[in-house]
Amino acid sequence: MVDLAFLLVTFFMLTTKFAPEEPVQVDMPKSHANFRLPDTDILLLTVSKDGKVFFGMDGKFTKQTLLTNMGNAHNIKFTPDQINRFAVLPSFGLPLSQLQSYLDMEADARKAIIQPGIPADSLNNELADWIIYSRLANPKLRIAIKGDLDTKFPVINKVIETLKSQDVNHFNLITNLIAEPGVNEPDNK
Amino acid sequence: MSEVQQQGGGDKKGGKVRSKKQSTRIDMTPMVDLAFLLLTFFMLTTTFAKPKTMEIAVPEKPKDNAPKPPEVNEKRVMNLILGDKDKVYWWMGITKPEVNTTTYSKDGIRKVVLEKERDVAAIMRGLGKDPDKFPMVILIKPVDSSRYKNFVDIMDEMKITKAPIYALVPITADDKALIKDK
Repeated sequence: MVDLAFLLVTFFMLTTKFAPEEPVQVDMPKSHANFRLPDTDILLLTVSKDGKVFFGMDGKFTKQTLLTNMGNAHNIKFTPDQINRFAVLPSFGLPLSQLQSYLDMEADARKAIIQPGIPADSLNNELADWIIYSRLANPKLRIAIKGDLDTKFPVINKVIETLKSQDVNHFNLITNLIAEPGVNEPDNK
Repeated sequence: MSEVQQQGGGDKKGGKVRSKKQSTRIDMTPMVDLAFLLLTFFMLTTTFAKPKTMEIAVPEKPKDNAPKPPEVNEKRVMNLILGDKDKVYWWMGITKPEVNTTTYSKDGIRKVVLEKERDVAAIMRGLGKDPDKFPMVILIKPVDSSRYKNFVDIMDEMKITKAPIYALVPITADDKALIKDK
């Protein structure tokens, strides 16, 4: 029994990948889509229930390049310390103007901040810039949208239109798999 | 276990000091406790359900000098409105639309799409056209109050029914007027 216990411990230790910290709780819709999202080269656009857009990307070095380029384009000088902090940031939803002060904060203070989401309106579309520069930093990037069940469609459409304006015509919608095939279960809303 | 052997003075066999045989068993209880603790921890933190994803391809933004898209016989056009409160409205064609309401369930929209696909194929055959080349065209129009779930559901249904042509189009004022009193 002890042997077995250790076997299981080893198994779980090796297979566990800690879920990255999310700035918002997102309840994903279900579908029959059965294509597994790759683990790397993902740009994750999380759209919360109240229509805020969050940006997340993997790859420490690509994120460093991304922030440097993004700062150059918007005339914001990020310090090396801020860039390093940004590289390990899982996901964020802030206008660029607020990003510097956010990066200067301690991890505990950051959690207390309510992030307003990345501006994606046609007037001030920072999301488009983030997408351009992250694709420049990592050309292999695959774009995935993770939306909440109750996100209103116009918000999602805004994100899709932004992607389209960048000639991103292929992207992924992250969903949960429906257990029972053939039924779109009604959720209890 | 490891108490010091008290040697009495009067040993019989010439007072030879013999080390006491130590037991080779060790107490494993703490280790096993720890093992189970770790086991529980990793079991609870593991995320088994890896996210699945739905691939979506949208048409390119039309270039300014792009040729006009071909005209489509309205008989093979199906309008799907993703309405408020998880309702789906649908009708065929443009002239004299008959608005029907259905749901996102298996017996709802999926049945309708498959049925209409057959009907369209029959009509096209009647017009002497190859139904494979002139399949049904589905226009998906979400209203502003529809949810993301509705969009995912309908995309899922499109994949399940293997609908050949479907497109996401913005809803028009005429469409809104049609579903208003439904």
